[in-house]
Amino acid sequence: MATEAQHSTTRRDFLFVATGAVAGVGAAATIWPLINQMNPDASTLAVASVEFNLNGIESGQSVTILWRGLPVFVRNRTDKEVEEAKAVPMAELRDPETDEQRTKKGHENWLIMIANCTHLGCIPTGESGEFDGWSCPCHGSQFDTAGRVRKGPAPTNLVVPPYEFISDTLVRIG
Amino acid sequence: MSEHSTYTPGSGLEKWLDERLPIIRFSKEHLMDFPTPKNLNYWWTFGAILVMCLGIQIVTGVILAMHYTPNIGMAFDSVEHIRRDVNGGRMIQSFHAVGASMFFAAVYIHIFRGMYFGSYKAPREILWILGVLIFVLMMATAFMGYVLPWGQMSGWAATVITNIFAAIPVIGTPLLELLRGGFSVGNPTLNRFFSLHYLLPFVIAAVVALHIWALHVPGNNNPIGVDVKDSRDTLPFHPYYTMKDAFGMVLFLIPFVWFAFFAPDILGHPDNYIQFDSQVTPAHIVPEWYFLPFYAILRAIDFNLLFINSKLLGVMFFIGSIVILFLLPWLDTAKVRSGSFRPMFKWFYWLFVINFIGLTYLGAQPAEGIYVLLSKVCTAYYFIHFVVILPVVSCIEKPRPLPTSISESVLAKSHA
Ligand code: HEM
Ligand code: FES
Repeated sequence: MATEAQHSTTRRDFLFVATGAVAGVGAAATIWPLINQMNPDASTLAVASVEFNLNGIESGQSVTILWRGLPVFVRNRTDKEVEEAKAVPMAELRDPETDEQRTKKGHENWLIMIANCTHLGCIPTGESGEFDGWSCPCHGSQFDTAGRVRKGPAPTNLVVPPYEFISDTLVRIG
Repeated sequence: MSEHSTYTPGSGLEKWLDERLPIIRFSKEHLMDFPTPKNLNYWWTFGAILVMCLGIQIVTGVILAMHYTPNIGMAFDSVEHIRRDVNGGRMIQSFHAVGASMFFAAVYIHIFRGMYFGSYKAPREILWILGVLIFVLMMATAFMGYVLPWGQMSGWAATVITNIFAAIPVIGTPLLELLRGGFSVGNPTLNRFFSLHYLLPFVIAAVVALHIWALHVPGNNNPIGVDVKDSRDTLPFHPYYTMKDAFGMVLFLIPFVWFAFFAPDILGHPDNYIQFDSQVTPAHIVPEWYFLPFYAILRAIDFNLLFINSKLLGVMFFIGSIVILFLLPWLDTAKVRSGSFRPMFKWFYWLFVINFIGLTYLGAQPAEGIYVLLSKVCTAYYFIHFVVILPVVSCIEKPRPLPTSISESVLAKSHA
């Protein structure tokens, strides 16, 4: 008798847990689409890459273009700025990256990076700050002439998006 | 405390209703006869004032929504349209915008009242926790509302605040894109913020109902923090406190309408009258005044600690500064509730208030020079108050003798 009672209890427990598990999976499967609808939609994802012509951007000039809704800085750096960036010892950097790692070989004067500050996303002001690069108006982060963070709350360097030179004057971002 | 009703259904219809849905009985017990300590001062009127504020936001908000367009191409103009063209729209819009500020002014007074008089202590912990929850929901609602006019401050507030989530390891970036509905703040963001800005006030109203339920189980705390002992300590809520609360509301409405009539924009920021431009951040962005203390804390952390980077650490302090409020009932272990009878606590309470005002001031200053250091000091003090000072003071302080009852203390005062 005792074993039978135990037996039927386990059977019930099993059914109970199994039903609960199925209901749980069902609930999760129902909730997911209700949340997923908030993710970037097809029309947002469709504009994943842009091509941009560098003609006409003089040395020492910057422009801001849009890629996936994000502003991107394209700066034609002066020789002085490139030298400054190369001269910085790695030990001084919070997020160590050489200038070479942040540019493309043969096009070292071009610095292309997402304009949003890596702290909370404001747009830093160019040619300003203690390091001749960018300084963020929001919480005071400062970046050098290679867009590397040197001061303030930003944890990492300004992000270099994936891009390639199609020709000497044409780049494709994304 | 539901046995205090003196309700006897008057007519046959009332009796019929009472047996089916005792709604009149319930209202009489909780809105009229409810026994309320007779020594409540004007700090206790802020609860009713807050209910009024929520009512004003909902009524003006529903009206604004009849004229507002949640689309990045039209939102900015539609708010200008409300202010210029809609009949009486200028007043309705300014009551809503000023109303948010007044709502926060009232909630800060209400929270600091609770902190001074120990209203968070047993048996009112749940009441306190629900209150902090309302505060968090209010912040979310006000933040999303501020995004709706789609000015420069709106867009950059949306960018910065959603970016806070990106600090979370691993799931940060996907979560950020989920919240924004894109890689940057754009039309999907505005549209969902409008939907949620409409929804949340009603969620707040529901939590307010729970908050008042949790209040009506133990009853009100009071300025001396001594429990109600018998009926001599209390007065029926109506007419004594309905009238006092109504008078408090009228006084509160004076500065409220002054702002709405004469200076509707004084609490706002001129940059919000420039339409959002995702490529240019204004030179000096500051949140609305009611977020400044927490913003100062977020910003104060500009250094890495161990393996935690400055961004995540700042966010942890920011969230921690609010989460710690939930824990307050267990950090202050002193048995005596009211600060009036706690000689040491009283000093530290006022230091905390000054420090909090200091954080508000610092949150509005640029992140440079001496302000950076001061923000760190004030942030540290904010946390030290909760995790060191309160527990220690609770142990070493010798409270002053308490009056034996509320009625005794009231009589002693009138004889003095
Ligand atoms: C907890 C209550 C609420 C708070 C704290 C609040 C706060 C705010 C704030 C700060 C703004 C920006 C005002 C400005 O700077 O111009 C705003 C705008 C707006 N709110 Fe609310 N709100 C609340 C309830 C509601 C409700 C219930 C609705 C109903 C749909 C609503 C609809 C709107 C609309 C349409 C706008 C855009 C028009 C404008 O900017 O004035 N709000 N809200
Ligand atoms: S967003 Fe740039 S420093 Fe905070």
